[in-house]
Amino acid sequence: MDKSFTERRRRDLLVAACLAVAAALVPLFVKNPNIQNIMILTLMFGALSQSWNILSGYCGQISLGHALYFGLGAYTTTLLFMKFGVPPWFGMLAGGVISALIAMALGYPCFRLGGHYFAIATIVIAEIGLLLIQNWEWAGAALGIEMPVRGDSWLKFQFARSKLPYFYFALALACVAWFVTWWLEDSKWGYWWRAVKDNPDAAQSLGVVVFDSKMGAAAVSAFLVSVGGSFYAMYVSYIDPVSVMGFQFSLLMALPAVLGGIGTLWGPLLGAVILIPLTELTRSYIGGSGRGVDLIVYGMLIILIALARPEGLIGLFSRRKEATR
Amino acid sequence: MGLLYGLIAVGLALIFGLMDVVNFAHGEFLMLAMYVTFFLFTFFAIDPLLSAPLAAAALFVLGAAVYLVIVRFAMRAKANVGMVQIFATFGLAIVMRGLAQLFFTADYRSVPNSWLGGKTVSVVGIFLPQPQLFGALVAIAAFGGLYLFINRTDFGRALEATREDPGAVALVGIDKNRVFALGWGIGGALVGLAGAIMATFFYIYPDVGASFALIAYVTVALGGFGSVFGAFAGGIVVGLVEATTALVLPPSLKSVGIYAVYLLVVFIRPRGLFGSM
Repeated sequence: MDKSFTERRRRDLLVAACLAVAAALVPLFVKNPNIQNIMILTLMFGALSQSWNILSGYCGQISLGHALYFGLGAYTTTLLFMKFGVPPWFGMLAGGVISALIAMALGYPCFRLGGHYFAIATIVIAEIGLLLIQNWEWAGAALGIEMPVRGDSWLKFQFARSKLPYFYFALALACVAWFVTWWLEDSKWGYWWRAVKDNPDAAQSLGVVVFDSKMGAAAVSAFLVSVGGSFYAMYVSYIDPVSVMGFQFSLLMALPAVLGGIGTLWGPLLGAVILIPLTELTRSYIGGSGRGVDLIVYGMLIILIALARPEGLIGLFSRRKEATR
Repeated sequence: MGLLYGLIAVGLALIFGLMDVVNFAHGEFLMLAMYVTFFLFTFFAIDPLLSAPLAAAALFVLGAAVYLVIVRFAMRAKANVGMVQIFATFGLAIVMRGLAQLFFTADYRSVPNSWLGGKTVSVVGIFLPQPQLFGALVAIAAFGGLYLFINRTDFGRALEATREDPGAVALVGIDKNRVFALGWGIGGALVGLAGAIMATFFYIYPDVGASFALIAYVTVALGGFGSVFGAFAGGIVVGLVEATTALVLPPSLKSVGIYAVYLLVVFIRPRGLFGSM
């Protein structure tokens, strides 16, 4: 048992490395900017969903308010850059630290809540954040902030000529999120989280520090999501409260993990690879008319997958493997 | 307003209390009821006063259908039951919103010149807008009716029994699916009533449900999940808090008061005001 687990982990790492190298080579052959855009978004949502999965999947604390941390990252970076000229790299770090601290501060009262009470508290907190930003004149209020393009530079994290640097950053982010998950899976925290998810009372009695492990999950998860938010702000160079902090975004972040397999290492990436291109394509081909057809297709898909594959699409793979064994 | 929030939330609470499912398409149910009212008024000149029962009936059918077609299967899931329910009903919400955009367009609509619209009534010197007052009366009546239904009829008792122990009721010959479908139907009908009344004083557009849905979740959680009475009381609290916040904060921030009170309540009492352990 133990040996096969170690073997599986080693294999996961190898597969991930191969995939990362393969992904890194793709843009050398695919030059179409629309497709590159879809790949960037796919990697970004993969990373976000993987981060969300740490708190909600592994630790079992279903958060429907992670857009708060995404928005915090986006706004911290943008505001520091626009108002004080601070390079986005520092903004990214600052946003991450702020998000992690806020996640822990919120976790302090929220982790006492169970089930739906916790989920609704996360929605409500994100919504309060949204309303505050919408009413904050200095931060652009409801209109948001547009970032002027100031040329190509790694320091300013702006690239006017090519999407490639964005692509590689998104890839790096996805790799980091994956690796952190992989690493935590077999750490003390990883075991704690699964214990807390399955049965918090039993975990407590066995000496698992339930509260602390939830806090840890929240901090890691919020930090990574916030970095994603910073990246997104620099990539699209325009942010507004609803699109980065709305409830919709919290769900968009959770969907790939749910689709692929919640609480699994590969689920979020698999979900993102399927869901994001599909979303973007339905949007560009049939959604252009603004008549809601893309919403209908998207919604139907969510219902079907939720009903047909509750354990996520990753279940397809593991089942086949068991059958062949 | 608080009583209307209560009315919206009671349906949600009923469904939750019955089977631990949160209907994330509840706001879209409300939106649909508002459209039903709008079209009955525009094409058949039926006053919202009269169309309220029709909207309730339409939503009853929808609620029961949603249970039979979607939720029934979502509850069979063996893994991640909570997430499956959330995403099945959330997917439904997206589909309904898309359909509303497709068929009704994204335009803002309103029901003009209804029998109730724009008039006010003076009650002991305080002027109250008639639609809201009427809404409050309907909400009280509907709540009374629901109370009697649950406590005085066989079906109500079946509902209550299924709530207590879904396994045991099957042994005494109660069809669980019928009871759950009925519960969803009633939940739909209640939100249908609320939608018909609200159509007289709110703009109607495909996304209108979202803002009310969040307030409805807060209302239910505030009252304590599963407690129908709690949802109604929660609605009153939410209405009062909203009115008070509007005096202190700018209108765009009025919901912050509601959310803050929710957080305050659950941090002190993690089960809501009337929730049992």
